[in-house]
Amino acid sequence: MAHVERGPIADIDDAAQTDEQRRSRGPWARAALELLRRPKAVFGIAVIVLLYGGGVLAPVLAPYGFDDQDLLAAREGPSADHLLGTDFVGRDVLSRVIYSLRTNLIVTATAVATGSLALGITLGLMAGYFGKRVDTAVMRMGEVFLAFPGLLLVILLAATVRPRVLEWVRGLEDATGIYGLAQWGVADYLVVFGALAVFSWVGVARLVRGQVIQLKAMPFVEASKTTGATAPRLILKHLLPNALPPVIVVVTMGMGAIAGAEVVLSWLGIGIQHPVPSLGSMIREGQDVSILRNQPHLILPPVIVVGLLVFAWNLLGDALNDVLNPRAR
Amino acid sequence: MPTFVLRRLLWLPVLLVIVSFVTFVLGHYGPGDPAEVRLGERATPEAVALVREQLGLDRPFFVQYGSYLADAARGDLGDSFAFRGRTVSELVFPKIWVSVQLGLAAMLIAVSLGIPLGLIAAYQQGRWLDTALVSLTLFFLSTPVFISAPFLILFLAVQLGLLPVSGWDGLFSASIVMPALVMGLPGVAGVVRLTRASAIDVLGQDYVRTARAKGLTEATVQVRHVLRNALTPLITVLGLSLATLVEGAFITETIFGIPGIGRLAVESIFSRDYPVIMALVLIVASAFVVANMVVDVLYGFVDPRTRQEMGAYGAR
Repeated sequence: MAHVERGPIADIDDAAQTDEQRRSRGPWARAALELLRRPKAVFGIAVIVLLYGGGVLAPVLAPYGFDDQDLLAAREGPSADHLLGTDFVGRDVLSRVIYSLRTNLIVTATAVATGSLALGITLGLMAGYFGKRVDTAVMRMGEVFLAFPGLLLVILLAATVRPRVLEWVRGLEDATGIYGLAQWGVADYLVVFGALAVFSWVGVARLVRGQVIQLKAMPFVEASKTTGATAPRLILKHLLPNALPPVIVVVTMGMGAIAGAEVVLSWLGIGIQHPVPSLGSMIREGQDVSILRNQPHLILPPVIVVGLLVFAWNLLGDALNDVLNPRAR
Repeated sequence: MPTFVLRRLLWLPVLLVIVSFVTFVLGHYGPGDPAEVRLGERATPEAVALVREQLGLDRPFFVQYGSYLADAARGDLGDSFAFRGRTVSELVFPKIWVSVQLGLAAMLIAVSLGIPLGLIAAYQQGRWLDTALVSLTLFFLSTPVFISAPFLILFLAVQLGLLPVSGWDGLFSASIVMPALVMGLPGVAGVVRLTRASAIDVLGQDYVRTARAKGLTEATVQVRHVLRNALTPLITVLGLSLATLVEGAFITETIFGIPGIGRLAVESIFSRDYPVIMALVLIVASAFVVANMVVDVLYGFVDPRTRQEMGAYGAR
């Protein structure tokens, strides 16, 4: 990581630190420290850890199962038994919110890991490093994806491909003998994460490409090329680490949008389906003027949780932007 | 300059063909055999074969795509599955105007509130007003439409009774206020942030210092040198906000019961009315492609520096 010093994060200078301290830590550690000194970053991280942590620990934390119905206690307000009340078939709202966060985490994490990170970075590196035909092919492909307003493409994909995927999952059940895949929403997860991944790579790929093209012209890259560095070494040791800071900012800023897109898809009824809980379907069920007036406890919890989650990601992205300070786009 | 515009314009039909192709393949073959989708799961093989022939599904793939394109160019987008006996065009076209009105109202709110607030934030950079504006806009940017809508309904309509809960009476009526606000607020936030960033950037430029140094009045400096340059990036907002407006329209129109293409899209998704979904995607995506092209070309006119940088890849 010796050359990382020349990356954009090397510009960070903090008068509070002595020269010695500054030299003793790597640039990433310094950026992390700098980040933790900002209230908005700390708030963002705290909210994200709290909400998604709750989602991960859902089976332990949730007082009830997400589909446990108690018809005798339907539509009740908050009480000691049900801290946030119950919905129209007597399911515990708090438990459903917690399990919905797990759903959201699974979809968001897989979509970002495969789409933004794996696809976006790989294609961006290839386009930037190899240039010429590869570059043209990747960038034109990206432009086609950008031709569709993002969410519309996701909706089109999710709405049309869903029956096919469901069929495929049923076939998989027969072939493997593992039943319950379709019932437990495997098809939904596949459709939603696939649709989100397909459209989220473009921005990252463009950014990485731009960074790589700039970095390729830098003396340190030329120098290591002259000393006989192989292409994989150049890409992994020199180009990738230096291209990463702005990518981290953009991916973080996009996390809120992807988490929100899952909610919108489920709200539209083409995302996560019953009985697997999602914040989107919870909002849809509670969205009625009479419910809004008489049982606000049905809609407020999912609405506030979604708002907090997206806000926290945006705050963190904003703080990261201040710290890593990529050249303004 | 002419080559730049020409290159962008030549790319336009190519993009439109690709958009229509993707829509056709996904809408036609995505859900399964179109004849079976239309007839349902219990159809006899004979009935399926008959419908296949009627729909021309036994023809080669590219012939089908070609006739789809030719029909679409003439405004014939097929028949709706859900509304028997009605063509997609009958359903879609009257609703476009409704959505355009709503979108214009939202955009008006975004620009008329966003630019002044963004400039204020820029001049107050680092002071409390700036910090407050920036955090507030981040908050609005993070508030999805289906969150702000119920809250607004709850307060303005249900509790205070100031505005109708839902409905549509055209551009100049009380019923447009809430939906336009709901769709416009994230736009306000976007415009504020962009205006602020670009005004701060411009205020630090050498040419502003030069303008002051050569003795121009502060008013001239502000209007001719700062404002003009600070507001150019806002052109991109025109293109980008179209996407945001379309996304907002799905939810806003459904919640407020507005008969536009957003609500039609949601209803079509629920009733698996694929021809309508395809038509809407095709129309919106085409509008989006054209809008982006216009933005790129405009940008090339306004800011000559971008022409070379962008090459063929656009401003975004």
